[in-house]
Amino acid sequence: MTNLFNYIDRPSPIHRLTGATKFACLLLWSFAAMSTYDTRMLLGLVALSFLLFRVSRLRLTDVRFMLGLTAGFLALNTVLLYLFSPRHGVEIYGSCHVLFGTGRYAPTKEQLFFQFNYILKYFSTIPMVLLFVCTTNPSEFAASLNKLGVKYSVAYSVALALRYIPDVQQEYRDISLAQQARGIEMSRKASLGSRLRSVSSILIPLILSSMEKVEVISNAMELRCFGKNKTRTWYMGRPFRAADIASMVFCALLIVLAFVCNHLNGSRFYNPFL
Amino acid sequence: MADREPILRFENFSFQYNSQAEPTLFNIDLTVHRGEKILIAGPSGCGKSTLAHCINGLIPFSYRGEMSGSVTLGGKETREMSIFEISRSVGTVLQDSDGQFVGLTVAEDIAFALENDCVTDPELHERVAAAAKLVDVQDHLSHAPSDLSGGQKQRVSLAGVLVDDVDVLLFDEPLANLDPAAGKQAMELIDRMQQATGAAVVIIEHRLEDVLHREVDRIVLMHEGRILADQTPDELLSGGLLAENGIREPLYVTALRYAGVAITPDMEPRSIRTVALSEETKEKVRAWFRSTPPAPLPPEQPELLEVKDLSFTYANGFPALQDVTVSIRRGELTAIVGTNGAGKTTFSKVVCGFETQQEGTLSLAGQDLMELSIKERADHIGYVMQNPNQMISKVQIFDEVALGLQTRGVPEEEIRPRVEDALRVCGLWPFRSWPVSALSFGQKKRVTIASILVLEPEMIILDEPTAGQDYRHYTDIMEFLTRLNRRGITICMITHDMHLMLEYARRAIVFSHGRIIADDTCANVLTNPEIISRASLKETSLYELAVKCGVDSPRAFVQRFIDYEEAARK
Repeated sequence: MTNLFNYIDRPSPIHRLTGATKFACLLLWSFAAMSTYDTRMLLGLVALSFLLFRVSRLRLTDVRFMLGLTAGFLALNTVLLYLFSPRHGVEIYGSCHVLFGTGRYAPTKEQLFFQFNYILKYFSTIPMVLLFVCTTNPSEFAASLNKLGVKYSVAYSVALALRYIPDVQQEYRDISLAQQARGIEMSRKASLGSRLRSVSSILIPLILSSMEKVEVISNAMELRCFGKNKTRTWYMGRPFRAADIASMVFCALLIVLAFVCNHLNGSRFYNPFL
Repeated sequence: MADREPILRFENFSFQYNSQAEPTLFNIDLTVHRGEKILIAGPSGCGKSTLAHCINGLIPFSYRGEMSGSVTLGGKETREMSIFEISRSVGTVLQDSDGQFVGLTVAEDIAFALENDCVTDPELHERVAAAAKLVDVQDHLSHAPSDLSGGQKQRVSLAGVLVDDVDVLLFDEPLANLDPAAGKQAMELIDRMQQATGAAVVIIEHRLEDVLHREVDRIVLMHEGRILADQTPDELLSGGLLAENGIREPLYVTALRYAGVAITPDMEPRSIRTVALSEETKEKVRAWFRSTPPAPLPPEQPELLEVKDLSFTYANGFPALQDVTVSIRRGELTAIVGTNGAGKTTFSKVVCGFETQQEGTLSLAGQDLMELSIKERADHIGYVMQNPNQMISKVQIFDEVALGLQTRGVPEEEIRPRVEDALRVCGLWPFRSWPVSALSFGQKKRVTIASILVLEPEMIILDEPTAGQDYRHYTDIMEFLTRLNRRGITICMITHDMHLMLEYARRAIVFSHGRIIADDTCANVLTNPEIISRASLKETSLYELAVKCGVDSPRAFVQRFIDYEEAARK
């Protein structure tokens, strides 16, 4: 079953942080990494994220699939970036050091440096995404969202989504097979248009049978007093500890640091060509 | 029963949904006492689910409507309480134990009501652990619902309501999604819970014989929104009301009637264990057996589907099928049975080409199925899913049935007569211009069967064809399948339902842990204790009746009963 979370239960200090802490840290960290192209800071973030990955006791084999996917995406992105704007680095850094060759596609130091920074951004955030996905117990996530101040009905709907996504996936597969048996072509043999029409012949039954479920679920929840009080407790809830607060403060400081770097550089870019 | 105080009381109660033109419940008078166990039975549409909603507060709090008369819970008028207050006192276990499972794990699901009540730790964890222990799921606390069997999920639901000290336990069709052995265990568990908590138990179910596996104080029989009878099981089974109102009597009771035995309350017919059989009765049963001729064996037909040494392992390493070898003859009506995960659904998926086996061969009428795509196989083998809503994608019945022909590029002028023919065969001709949404569940099922039938397959595989159907609708569907079968279409049904298998299938293929452990007549399978226990089936009460009556060959007695019923249906 594919799911948002791929929780790997292997106790570590990272696992001990609450899910909401990790979620908040991920957002703050990504924002910091996105807001600057300061090479020194990005290198620092990469080093730190690799260190945290070690601390979490995750193994590369645990995340092989996701790594492969992002690596492929990154490679594609890098190539396309070069194809569409090979002179972007020159524009940014305001100088032009051609390494060899002539013409628009001749590689420049500036372009390579820009793309290096671009790749660094990926490397500084991907380990954090993996950390969040692999060390957050989905059961605990909703509880800690609620602690962060998200309304419990919203927080619980996150838990419900996680609960029912595998069911819906299974149902999608079953319906798809039964419809294929009736002759609806889903493979690459069919044209895009007819495949889109085919998808609708799966989605309609899927939606109808999901609607049936919604009534059962809402009755089941109501019969067990969901919504009775203004608050609720959580079986899997964990209190915020000093480490949680410290992590969030640290990640918030990263954003401050990113802005300081940008201010000192006079732009989002650190320019070694000056 | 002087010590029993009434806990739930309906007085001259009527209810009409806002969306309906007529009342669903009329003048209901019903009293349930503390510690009592009652069964509410009746055909689909008799109002028993509505009655359940009135008990647990979904009416009037979720479903709106007009009501008159009174419903009191512990002396308090329910409409003056809140649904939360009612829920503290009435614990409901819904029919769909999977849909009801709202937690990500067992522990969270059990904790749900307590969480909503703001119970804090350590009390929260203690009460969850205690409730889990009560229903024996304490070793599965961190399991996700997908790792549990139907019976386990139901136990989790039960634990989820037992965390509160309820006065009434309400079960809505507790047997619907369980295999026979799990159903038996469920009734035993309900019994134990009642003794442990002293709560009143209200069970809504139409599988009478299975509920009566454990003692029930009263049976309330409903019909068209009214209570027809409110009697002890012994009284009700003695009369003819059940059969007249579309409820299946226990098989041993039916057999006794066939033998010409008049059933009276003092025979205690409520269970095969209690029923007192006089010498005269026993002789009548033996005489019936002797005088009923065995049905002639149908002529041997050529083999249609041949499966050899089939093995299939899922990507996650679960070996779902191992060395399965079986052949199905043309024109057979076969039941495929076994517990959840035994391999019966995987088997049909491999046959239809939805999954591809690692080893073994499949051939249909001599043709290797491996050469055919899913779509091509579907021209020969149709697959009907359990829930018709999972198959229907068109608004109009005609379009839905025509879909398979259109995708196969059949010319328009040929499609119309073929669809019309399929609609006639399926009894849908009067509805041909209706939208699908206007049909009942059973009619939708027919639409899905028609949409398969129109492709003129040699064989149809049906997953739980009668799930969620009362006896009358179930009989309709099965009679219809039998008619198709007589037209020469080979039919395989995957089922948990013992009656279905016993009454309609000639042959049973029994799966257990990915292997076929029996392939025999249904009568032989259901009288074989070893197979019964390995495949979580349940021994038929006919067998016990035959033993009790001293019939020489109890097995033949079971077969004779089946043949007799089949002949009677024709």
